[in-house]
Amino acid sequence: MTQSNPEIAPQKKRGVPLWVQVLVWAGLIGLLGLVALGLNRSQQGTVQVGDKAPDFTLATFSNYEYNGASQVKLSELKGKIVVINFWASWCKPCEQEAAELEEAWRAYQPEGDVVFLGVDYVDTEPEARGYLEKFSITYPNGADLGTRISQAFRIKGVPETYFIDRDGMIQYIQVGPFQSLDQIQSVVDSLKAK
Amino acid sequence: MKKLIWFTPIMLVFAALWVGTAFAQDPTPSDDDVNRIAKQLFCPVCENTPLDVCPTQACAQWRALIREKLAAGWTEEQIKQYFVDQYGARVLSEPPRTGLNWLVYLVPPVLFVVGVIILVRTFRSPKESKGGDGTDSISTPTDGTPVQPAAGSDDYVARLEEELKKRN
Repeated sequence: MTQSNPEIAPQKKRGVPLWVQVLVWAGLIGLLGLVALGLNRSQQGTVQVGDKAPDFTLATFSNYEYNGASQVKLSELKGKIVVINFWASWCKPCEQEAAELEEAWRAYQPEGDVVFLGVDYVDTEPEARGYLEKFSITYPNGADLGTRISQAFRIKGVPETYFIDRDGMIQYIQVGPFQSLDQIQSVVDSLKAK
Repeated sequence: MKKLIWFTPIMLVFAALWVGTAFAQDPTPSDDDVNRIAKQLFCPVCENTPLDVCPTQACAQWRALIREKLAAGWTEEQIKQYFVDQYGARVLSEPPRTGLNWLVYLVPPVLFVVGVIILVRTFRSPKESKGGDGTDSISTPTDGTPVQPAAGSDDYVARLEEELKKRN
């Protein structure tokens, strides 16, 4: 006699359903793709010479407007040479080139075909204004709201300056401060000569 | 008149209590007030540094800005939103629950649940060979003679029975 004697039922192997497996793998591949994209983006340098300059709209500080307008859109400046300078009031190297940039702007302003734009990178407005006043800067300046402009140019720090030709293409990039007024003027003059 | 004599001291006591519960208006928010918000924000230019402990000049400016906004009567949420508008959502220590940011909140719990399911299935699988009442489906006769595994039973069980027979 046995304590119990049921027949052993054939063991049905219980695997993970196919649709779950497909879902899990698809999710994993998707996540890896996202991580790869993020890594790729973070490893990219700044935009390159020869690239089309990313379009942006700069909301200017009051008293630093462009032709009286409180917003400047880069694409609307087509036909002009544009010098975009990223700076911040807390950035000491920016101070080295501030006076030269202003001097260059004053030299080209009367002709009207060269536009300087200052993009204030992650800064506070009172300090930014203090900086602009300290260096008697008069060219259009505004804050990089939400760091959208600096992200579009993928800047690595401040100061960085981008020279855009009349067709909206990036022709020269200066990482770090300019050493002299001549350095700025030689780039602008070469673009004017084209 | 007699009532007034009793009423006046009572009123004075209540008036004193009322004055005692009034708080002095402090126009300058304390460092604690500032840091309570600053620690929810990250320095936009330094790598992974909370604003309350960041030593740079830029961070000092941002902490001063928080103090200024608090003094102006802004709420914590308004200040945080101001920082997001100015410097982007990356300044928040807790990413906003929008778009791809949801992955940060959803993936860890989903992976945890999947892990638990895998563990439960793994630990439950040996019990599958047991009967519904929890007893072994391969029973042993009372006289000690092992019963041959039923047709269709697992090879492993058969081998096990064979080994047991040899030992006996």
